[in-house]
Amino acid sequence: MGKVVGKSVGSGWPATLGLLAALAGTAPALAQGKPVTIRAVMHSGLRITDPIITTAYIARNHGYMIYDTLFATDAAFKVQPQMVQDYSVSDDTLTYSFTLREGLKFHDGAPVKSEDCIASIQRWGKRDGMGQKLMEYTASLDVVDDRTFKLVLKRPYGLVLASLGKPSANVPFIMPKRIAETPADRNVPEEIGSGPFKFVKGEFQPGLKVVYEKNADYVPRKEAPSWLAGAKTVKVDRVEWINITDYQTAVNALINGEIDYVEQPPHDFLPILKGASGINLVNFNTLGMSGMLRMNWLNPPFDNAKVRQAVLLAVNQQDYLDAQIGDPDYMVPCLALFICKTPNATEAGAPKPDLAKAKQLLKEGGYDGKPVVIMQPTDLAISASLGPVTAQALRKIGMTVDLQAMDWQTLVGRRAKQDPVSQGGWNIFHTFWVNADLLNPVNNVGVNGRGKAGGWFGWAEDAEIEALRNAYALETDPAKQVDIARQTQERAYTIGMYFPTGQFTQPAAASAKLSGILEAPAPVFWNVEKK
Amino acid sequence: MGRFILGRLAATLPVMGVVAVIVFLLLRLAPGDPAAILAGDAATPEQIAAIRARLGLDQPMLEQFATWIWRLVHGDLGTSIISNQPVGRLILDRIEPTLALATSTILFAVLVAVPLGVLAAWRHGTWVDRAVMGLSVAGFSVPVFVLGYLLIFGFSMQLRWLPVQGYVSIADGLWPFLSRLILPTLTLSVIYIALIARTTRSSVLEVLGEDYIRTARAKGVTEARVLRRHALRNAAIPVISVIGLGIALLISGVVVTESVFNLPGLGRLTVDAVLARDYPVIQGVILLFSALYVLVNLSIDLSYLLFDPRIRY
Repeated sequence: MGKVVGKSVGSGWPATLGLLAALAGTAPALAQGKPVTIRAVMHSGLRITDPIITTAYIARNHGYMIYDTLFATDAAFKVQPQMVQDYSVSDDTLTYSFTLREGLKFHDGAPVKSEDCIASIQRWGKRDGMGQKLMEYTASLDVVDDRTFKLVLKRPYGLVLASLGKPSANVPFIMPKRIAETPADRNVPEEIGSGPFKFVKGEFQPGLKVVYEKNADYVPRKEAPSWLAGAKTVKVDRVEWINITDYQTAVNALINGEIDYVEQPPHDFLPILKGASGINLVNFNTLGMSGMLRMNWLNPPFDNAKVRQAVLLAVNQQDYLDAQIGDPDYMVPCLALFICKTPNATEAGAPKPDLAKAKQLLKEGGYDGKPVVIMQPTDLAISASLGPVTAQALRKIGMTVDLQAMDWQTLVGRRAKQDPVSQGGWNIFHTFWVNADLLNPVNNVGVNGRGKAGGWFGWAEDAEIEALRNAYALETDPAKQVDIARQTQERAYTIGMYFPTGQFTQPAAASAKLSGILEAPAPVFWNVEKK
Repeated sequence: MGRFILGRLAATLPVMGVVAVIVFLLLRLAPGDPAAILAGDAATPEQIAAIRARLGLDQPMLEQFATWIWRLVHGDLGTSIISNQPVGRLILDRIEPTLALATSTILFAVLVAVPLGVLAAWRHGTWVDRAVMGLSVAGFSVPVFVLGYLLIFGFSMQLRWLPVQGYVSIADGLWPFLSRLILPTLTLSVIYIALIARTTRSSVLEVLGEDYIRTARAKGVTEARVLRRHALRNAAIPVISVIGLGIALLISGVVVTESVFNLPGLGRLTVDAVLARDYPVIQGVILLFSALYVLVNLSIDLSYLLFDPRIRY
């Protein structure tokens, strides 16, 4: 016994077996030296690493990992300073002066300077809708010193901070000037930010795996985290995003302990996950998501407002939610275009199903019985069921429907076509949004009324709604903004810009080993601990 | 034989040329637009058009084809439209899991199926024969993904012997490598076991009725030697043809298996590229697959020499 006690731990059979096991790759790493790693399956694989050139949510989520923002929105929908230490607004509200926090550093070690912020804002302003609007009213962006810069407006503008603290795609992330000078339609050559995580380029496999390491130089704010604002304290060493395209496999791997987190398990899997031990469902995005029925204003019969109104009276939100989500726990029936339980929420102008009136409007609109092409993306579970619901509703009021099944990417290519249906155009498609993208008349693309001159797919054109959107952007009084949003919604429903097919929430599934997952409109990994 | 091999290798060039033209044309004629995918959901048609112009997708098709071929003959497969990575690098990154899965599957299938087929032929008409043939029908009938999920449920979720998903390179440890390959190999090999066992059985059965088999038995040669030296060797040509066909079919078979078991191989790369309309990646992978088809067929033709001395090239 004494011999055993006195024996070196590096000799004898146990050590030999240990060595063999290590050679075979099975020896557990020493807890002390093993990095704490969160393995997460996100809703998609990361392929485009530039969150400015695309609005893809996975690129936005990647952006939140490695970049920081000047401002950020908190859970009370208030815009809070993030990289900014102090800011001031001149009495005439034309000049905003921003001073950066001390000690901000990019991942390459360079300090974050005013010139980096200006170049980043300018690049974002070429791509993002709210950014474009802000730039339209910006006279200049000027460096005062390394930590201070000024934004000078041409006229008072009500969305300066809301734009810079925009929570969802495209988010004005701050990059080094040399990277932000990349043309706004080309992917950045390097993934260097000043955010709480660093991108590990050597381990990046596009579409398969992304690895992030804790940025030890990051200095979190002192305020408690709230949504995307406050302290971004990283409590793990690494986060790995592993793209598992088959959700059954992802769920099995989660239950088996091979991964720690699944961002968007389909609603069909939630009963299984609810019953699985060691798994928590975390509703991190309580603001949720929304479906959208979009008609094409360029092609008959939806070039006629009465036919569009007929559609809005024919459809029923509950039917969509039943088909799409199924579980009442995750459905949020809501006809507010700017999202329920937010400052701009209202049901003003919302249609109530009325088949008789819909039929009458259809007749008045001169619908000639030609088939209406609905594009149905069968490979995208969350949108696949919306097309058949619309088709059934339209048939009920006497419309002829051509429901065309296709994959989502075919739909994405085809919806950009402004041609007649006979030449590859379309009449209706459905999509869904993270609700943070729909909160006001400026960032909600569904109420963009610029038609073919800068409008969104469907090319709704309406001078009155554009005037309202401009008024909202220029209004600096929040109470008046709410009223303009109400008027915008009423107008949008009157002219049939789109129909919201209902709000829903999408919980993530996480191992019980994880704690501290923050509520936010995007999945973030700061504050998360792993036991 | 050298001339035969050189001739066959030279013949791969026009084959791949035809494949290149067909793939290029099919992709351009198929619906979908990589520029729209790149631009994202909130993009305007103007932004999409700008991206299309930057990628050269607004150029005449002939010009796009000439550019691609020019790069190809200079050894450049192009750059992924979506991830901006060289196609050659993407293929190299993904080839190891696919090669590992394909090799283990075909080895396992041959090792199991050939003895089973011989056994069924030898015990023709008995319960052994019926059992082997019944299992082979089942092997043909069960979809790969169903079998995959069943194996995961049994071995990973219930018994917890093997991991559900993923791939670890052999360089990172033998057991991690093998443990992640066992279930995909079992899943994918079942259909090949069924195919090869049936072919072996019918081929051996035919040979067992030949005069020289009766002669060998009359000379007192043991049954094992009759089967191994006389029956199986003479029945080998159709079996090898089927194995060759199986190797070629494996290329498409790995797609589903790689998805179910989350193996980062060429199958998933192909599916992802098709879904994203990533033209250079699809073109590169299909050219590689077509070259592999040609080489596998050539190898099979050459292997006939080992089993049939009458064959000369």
